[in-house]
Amino acid sequence: MSLRVASRIARRELRGGIRGFRVFLACLILGVAAITAVGSVREAIRAGLEREGATILGGDVDLELTYRFAGEEERAWMDGVAAEVAELVDFRSMAVFGSGDAAERGLTQVKAVDDSYPLLGHVVLEPDMPIGTALDGKNGLPGAVMAPLLMARLGMEPGDRFRMGTQDFILMAALVHEPDDAGGGFGLGPRTIVRTAALENSGLIQTGTLFETNYKLRLAGTTDLDVLKAEADELFTGIRWRDRRNGAPGVQVFVDRLSTFLVLVGLAGLAVGGVGISAAVTAYLEQKTAVIATLKTLGADGRTIFQTYFLQIGALTVLGIVIGIAAGSLAPVLLASVIEERLPVPAVFALHPRPLAEAALYGTLTALIFTLWPLARVEEVRAAALFRANGERQRGLPRVAWIGLTLLLVVGLVSLAAALSGLWILTLATAGGLIGAFALLALAARGIQVLARRLAPAARGLSAVRLALGAVSGPGSEATSVVLSLGLGLTVLAAIGQIDANLRNAIAQDLPERAPAFFMVDIQPDQMDGFRTRLFDNPAVSQIESAPMLRGIITEINGRPASETGGDHWVLQGDRGVTYSDRPPDGTVITHGEWWPQGHQGAPQVSFATEEALELGLAIGDEITVNILGRDITAQVTSFREVDFSTAGIGFILSMNPGALAGAPHSFISTVYADAAAEAEILRDVSSTYPNVTAIRVRDAISRVAEILAGIAAAITYGALATLLTGIVVLIGAVAAGAHARTYEAAVLKTLGATRKTILRSFAMRSAVLGAAAGIVAIIAGGLAGWGVMHFVMDVEYGFEPVSALLIVAGGVAATLAAGLVFAWGPLSARPARILRARE
Amino acid sequence: MAETILSLRDARLSLDGNAGRVDILKGITLDIARGEALGLVGPSGSGKSSLLMLLGGLERATGGDVAAVGNDLTALGEDALARFRRKHMGVVFQSFHLISTMTALENVATPLELAGADDAFDRAGEELAAMGLEDRIHHYPSQLSGGEQQRVALARAAAPRPDILLADEPTGNLDVANGEAIMDLLFGLNARHAATLVLVTHAPELAARCDRVVRLFDGQLAPEDRQAVAV
Repeated sequence: MSLRVASRIARRELRGGIRGFRVFLACLILGVAAITAVGSVREAIRAGLEREGATILGGDVDLELTYRFAGEEERAWMDGVAAEVAELVDFRSMAVFGSGDAAERGLTQVKAVDDSYPLLGHVVLEPDMPIGTALDGKNGLPGAVMAPLLMARLGMEPGDRFRMGTQDFILMAALVHEPDDAGGGFGLGPRTIVRTAALENSGLIQTGTLFETNYKLRLAGTTDLDVLKAEADELFTGIRWRDRRNGAPGVQVFVDRLSTFLVLVGLAGLAVGGVGISAAVTAYLEQKTAVIATLKTLGADGRTIFQTYFLQIGALTVLGIVIGIAAGSLAPVLLASVIEERLPVPAVFALHPRPLAEAALYGTLTALIFTLWPLARVEEVRAAALFRANGERQRGLPRVAWIGLTLLLVVGLVSLAAALSGLWILTLATAGGLIGAFALLALAARGIQVLARRLAPAARGLSAVRLALGAVSGPGSEATSVVLSLGLGLTVLAAIGQIDANLRNAIAQDLPERAPAFFMVDIQPDQMDGFRTRLFDNPAVSQIESAPMLRGIITEINGRPASETGGDHWVLQGDRGVTYSDRPPDGTVITHGEWWPQGHQGAPQVSFATEEALELGLAIGDEITVNILGRDITAQVTSFREVDFSTAGIGFILSMNPGALAGAPHSFISTVYADAAAEAEILRDVSSTYPNVTAIRVRDAISRVAEILAGIAAAITYGALATLLTGIVVLIGAVAAGAHARTYEAAVLKTLGATRKTILRSFAMRSAVLGAAAGIVAIIAGGLAGWGVMHFVMDVEYGFEPVSALLIVAGGVAATLAAGLVFAWGPLSARPARILRARE
Repeated sequence: MAETILSLRDARLSLDGNAGRVDILKGITLDIARGEALGLVGPSGSGKSSLLMLLGGLERATGGDVAAVGNDLTALGEDALARFRRKHMGVVFQSFHLISTMTALENVATPLELAGADDAFDRAGEELAAMGLEDRIHHYPSQLSGGEQQRVALARAAAPRPDILLADEPTGNLDVANGEAIMDLLFGLNARHAATLVLVTHAPELAARCDRVVRLFDGQLAPEDRQAVAV
């Protein structure tokens, strides 16, 4: 009964329009739209990866081997089960264009293919031609295609000759698109594609050089992938299996993580919006006090009144969510071509229902959390409010039941976010951070009020300053709403600024000071003496470190599959570098056990990196089995030693006694420490003397990593900007809501003799004080978050980064100042008589 | 003859409302002498408060002349009017119009500060003590009763020792006892500091305490009051 009456009254009340709810709707729409958009792009990528899984993978199945080709038996099995097999070889090399001192050299990731490539999809070349034709070459030279970036770097055009190892190639075309690009992961150099047969005389694929082979299988009919995988596992050792069901697992995981983080940033936006939502509902209901009192006088009970306004707010919430979902789901579809261009993976842009439902749920819960308290207060309005001149303002906490319900909703929202993302720790940490930031901001707002109150006596005589301090500290102050609305968005930005700057510092400044100039890989054992002598004789070279380098996969620990002991530890994922040494290298710190005796020829022994060994739960005396080049080597762990990966020097997890690896073909890796100015000359000298050696310039590798980090930081910054935008909407709402009070205040001050300049100065000052407060709190909270991430997640020393911090404070001041001054125009230009009379 | 401190010559005020242009004041001519207590009476809507606003420079006349302390108020800009009020005028309203974010002391000190007084807070304290509010100086308006708020408003208007006190139904929102106390204080200020008092009121007994009473009907002075001025 009461609900029907309530809905009738609610409908009548809504006849007045939604004027007072602009900020309410804007906050809800922005938050819901941002979450919908992020979710929609995530689903689009997921659908794209699913649809194009086989193409991205380059076949239905991909089998990867580490620096060896498939044996005869293995190849026979592949030919037997697949309709078609393509063999790809992947390795790094140096492309050299020109000769002598004028030669340009660039690191490239080479993909050597056979005639079957690509099994699926098309390679797009510029000028347009089939990949087979391009690789055939001309003028007696084998052909190659190259990524435009590398062509530009080397100054090459189609038709130019270049050299890799000891083989000349002719560049036939620019490589615009390779269908199986996204699954490959992180590459240090731009791509060059050649035919494997053309490498025969290049000296690049020798025993012991670092390369991977990928066998792409196109299956006929309905082959059961699981059965096939089981067969492959049985037959192959040291193989990595991927199939079309998950063509780019790395990309999928990365996209999922990034979108989860962006959804959490979106939730931060909704939380900021919540402040505006709450303020709008409070203001609306305060304005309705007389109506509520009248309804009570006419016999409406508390429940009917609550339902009346709950239904009104509910209707507006539904409106906001529907508009938000529409905007958030349509934007990616409309911008599909722009987004697709920037994505390295295929995406299917369409209306995906899951992110829509997710965003609707988040929006509903947020609206409930932030509107329940103000709504609960309508119960407390008494009929007597009608007879009081200034009405009644309800203060303090609502009934315990409402507080409990709100807490329950908060727990529900956080659990929902955690369950949907599957990342409980990240979600809980973010939620904790948000709640902490909220508390810190609320405390800061209170602190600013107390401080302003304390400082007010000192400002006596400076009327504009004292007026500003009075407005900040006194009753009805905008401090809380302004600091909360702007502070949270600024906090997220500040945290990203601190993390980004610290990471950049770590990789761009700290590292190169200690890091070598080059990694030289694929040095053949018989080249080592000459290589060392040549570089030692160069006065610009300060130090060279070399080590034999093999790669192997840890397959077993104490006779059981390695994952049973070590779970999914990164050391067990894929292949790791393995070296050997008769004596511990200079400066080695043995933390547990003992290094093998010199010239040890008995059973294989291995020294393991201490930190990783302890993480894996290894103990001295344990046995580990490492598959190297298809051969299992079981060695006893006899020592742990400290390995510092942060210096970019040579760091091996595994080091064995030389006898254990005797006979295994391998090459050497070398780090060369040299003056930056001499890098070009060293590169020229080494690559012309040893064409098969690949030199990786550490500076280039670092900038590649920095580029990737910058991309991630940019994505998260966009998310943070959405939060900030919501914050600015809330800020404008708060300032607009205060405009009435400021108009009145200006009228009274004018009556008392204040000029417009004095009033304007006072308004500007209070805005600046609140903006600066929001900015300063954002820096403290953002700095704490930055420190937490650097210290606990990245394990890097944290240093406060002042430039972004100053920008944040300046931004906070500018935003509040702008909002304050825009809304100052009305109060300043209003005639005092009219304003004061209206209040009589 | 006493010096004329406020002077209106054919002062007119028209405002644009929703129902079109409304003539509020239709040519008022009136002189008020320094130190005089003048009562402005008339029915609701007759233009009493509007006339007071013109005299205070809070509303700009749309015709005629308004002069105060030898200054032509119609020629002064918004800020010049504010500076003029700072020096010469105190205004008391029916709804007090205290600034809610300021304590009683700060409210009273504000016009003194605006006038550049070094001892603004000392004087404000003394003024509040004179109003019997020494225990309430650090209270915010919301913590004061109506009578107390009006006393703070009165202290605020009187603190700069203005030449002219304008009061718009200052007891309209108060009970009888508080109303009487406020009027005693107001007339006390008029007597003690020789401040010219212009009092808008509905109450005949309050008007009776003034030196002179003029009546307004429909935006015009009553004929006998017009005549009085002409003499």
